[in-house]
Amino acid sequence: MLRAKAVSFAYDEGTVLDGVSVAASEGGLVGVLGPNGSGKTTLLKLLAGLLTPARGEVTLDGRRLDTFARGALARRLAVVPQETELVFDYTVLDVTLMGRYPHLRPFELEGPNDLDIARRALDATGTAHLEARPFRALSGGERQRVAIASALAQFDTGISNLGRVLLLDEPTASLDLAAQLETMALIARLSEEQRTTVVLCTHDLNLAARLCDQLVLLRKGTVAAAGRTDQVLTRDTIAAVYNVDADVHRHEATDQLTVLPLRRKESP
Amino acid sequence: MGLLPVVAGVTAGARRRRVWAVQIGFLLLAVLAVLCAPLVGPTAISLRQVFDPTIAFADNVDAQIFFIARLPRTLAGALVGGALAAAGVVLQALLRNPLATPFTLGVSAGASLGAMLVITFGLPLTLAGIPAVPLASFVGALAAVGVVYGLATMRRQGLSTNVLLLAGVTLNSLFSAIILFVQYLADFTQSFQAIRWVMGNLDVSSYQPLLWALPMLLVAAGAFAGLPRALNLLTLGTDSAAARGIDVLRTQRLAFVSASLATGAAVALGGPIGFIGIIVPHLVRLLIGADHRFVLPASACLGATFLVVCDTAARTLLSPMELPVGVITAMLGGPFFLWLLVTRGGGPR
Repeated sequence: MLRAKAVSFAYDEGTVLDGVSVAASEGGLVGVLGPNGSGKTTLLKLLAGLLTPARGEVTLDGRRLDTFARGALARRLAVVPQETELVFDYTVLDVTLMGRYPHLRPFELEGPNDLDIARRALDATGTAHLEARPFRALSGGERQRVAIASALAQFDTGISNLGRVLLLDEPTASLDLAAQLETMALIARLSEEQRTTVVLCTHDLNLAARLCDQLVLLRKGTVAAAGRTDQVLTRDTIAAVYNVDADVHRHEATDQLTVLPLRRKESP
Repeated sequence: MGLLPVVAGVTAGARRRRVWAVQIGFLLLAVLAVLCAPLVGPTAISLRQVFDPTIAFADNVDAQIFFIARLPRTLAGALVGGALAAAGVVLQALLRNPLATPFTLGVSAGASLGAMLVITFGLPLTLAGIPAVPLASFVGALAAVGVVYGLATMRRQGLSTNVLLLAGVTLNSLFSAIILFVQYLADFTQSFQAIRWVMGNLDVSSYQPLLWALPMLLVAAGAFAGLPRALNLLTLGTDSAAARGIDVLRTQRLAFVSASLATGAAVALGGPIGFIGIIVPHLVRLLIGADHRFVLPASACLGATFLVVCDTAARTLLSPMELPVGVITAMLGGPFFLWLLVTRGGGPR
């Protein structure tokens, strides 16, 4: 449903992505991996319609993103940034209700329906009890879950869950271990139970192995490997992309693919 | 949170009623200030006598004092205070910086330089019927923000709020240096006149200056009305705002231009009166939360109230001597601002 076809993008400083293709099918969970500067975040922004590709195209259900009206796209596709930093004291409910803005007419205040949707989103992310708290007083993990709630509140209730796309940029990068597990569980739940299509980019290979069914491994703006998680996460691809010798095996307790970096490879 | 929690585990209907009650409260406060301030002065007058329909206006001394001598100045205070407070709210959201003021982007320095040049080089007192000092200060203000805006949009597509902020601060210093230079060339009387202007003064004795400022303020107010929701999203960051369907660049432009227009008009009317643009928005946020849909109109009303009250104090405290109102707002605003800085400047950590 959400597909980038041979997209390229360059900032003033130079080319960041060159001919990258990604496809997320309905209800799929796709991870975008790669070293620093490989173009992960730029790819996510292209997928979100925040940037327009110089070449290639990004489509949602076969329709180019730039042909959607801004509000219409926002009701189907939501983005959770790596960190949400606020400079003013909005409450958790305020922040969640901001997800409803694409649904409001000019000067319209949120109605009972919007409040309902926002509260259900807080429920779904386990943050309902924080409703009246100032957002800035929350812990990093709580902020991340409220940011996800605000993104969920953005979706049209009319469309089936299958039509929803959630993009997450480094969802666990700044979280402690417990908050990482919580956030991972939440993303897994959204994907499995609600069948929301999820694309996330991350540094954390083990997170990707645990959550994602499809992976795209970027290297200097091009696709180094793509496909099923167990096909992409191998010793060879990791060696090629990260220049690191790694042990890749199935963990006994979780039966999940686990990556343990061993040593830096000597540069050829 | 705050004294009047707008949001807290309530239904949509209750929330809406509370929002309206709070807004009407702030509006009534401003109306009350505008009605009461003209009653205060060397000659005591009564509101009942002022609005007594049985006395003809020509015979009603109280009404004459109220409408002719004192109301224009009170209204000027309300307009300037409201404009500066609202511009402060908009710029703080645009720059995502709670410490920004309407003067952060060089407006006050540009306006002061304009006024200074006219005062020092004795340019004609009026131009097309408009007094030269306010006109020059308005032109100076817009020239300053024009330069800042040009710099902020020069390097890349979009508007860099970082460059906006740094260019504004730099331009403020640069203009201040030029002002000192011009002042060095000025004679004693001119210097004195210029210093009085920079202190901020609402010495308005007719409705005419209000009429010149009004169109600009109305345009700005119209633009402000469409901004608050987008401002809420802008404080989340530009990407988050864009992902929720906001045209970020258009919003930033509109916010910047309208806030500059309001500030320029306010400064032309009353000089660069400091601190209103920062204390009033902060006070309102403490009272009703951060939502710009409610903070913006409430700040405009409270700014109007605050300046009218300060100006009344300025002209009566040491009567018959008159203090520059900028001194009063700064003396109240400075300590308050420091208190804010120490207690919540960086936000909760």
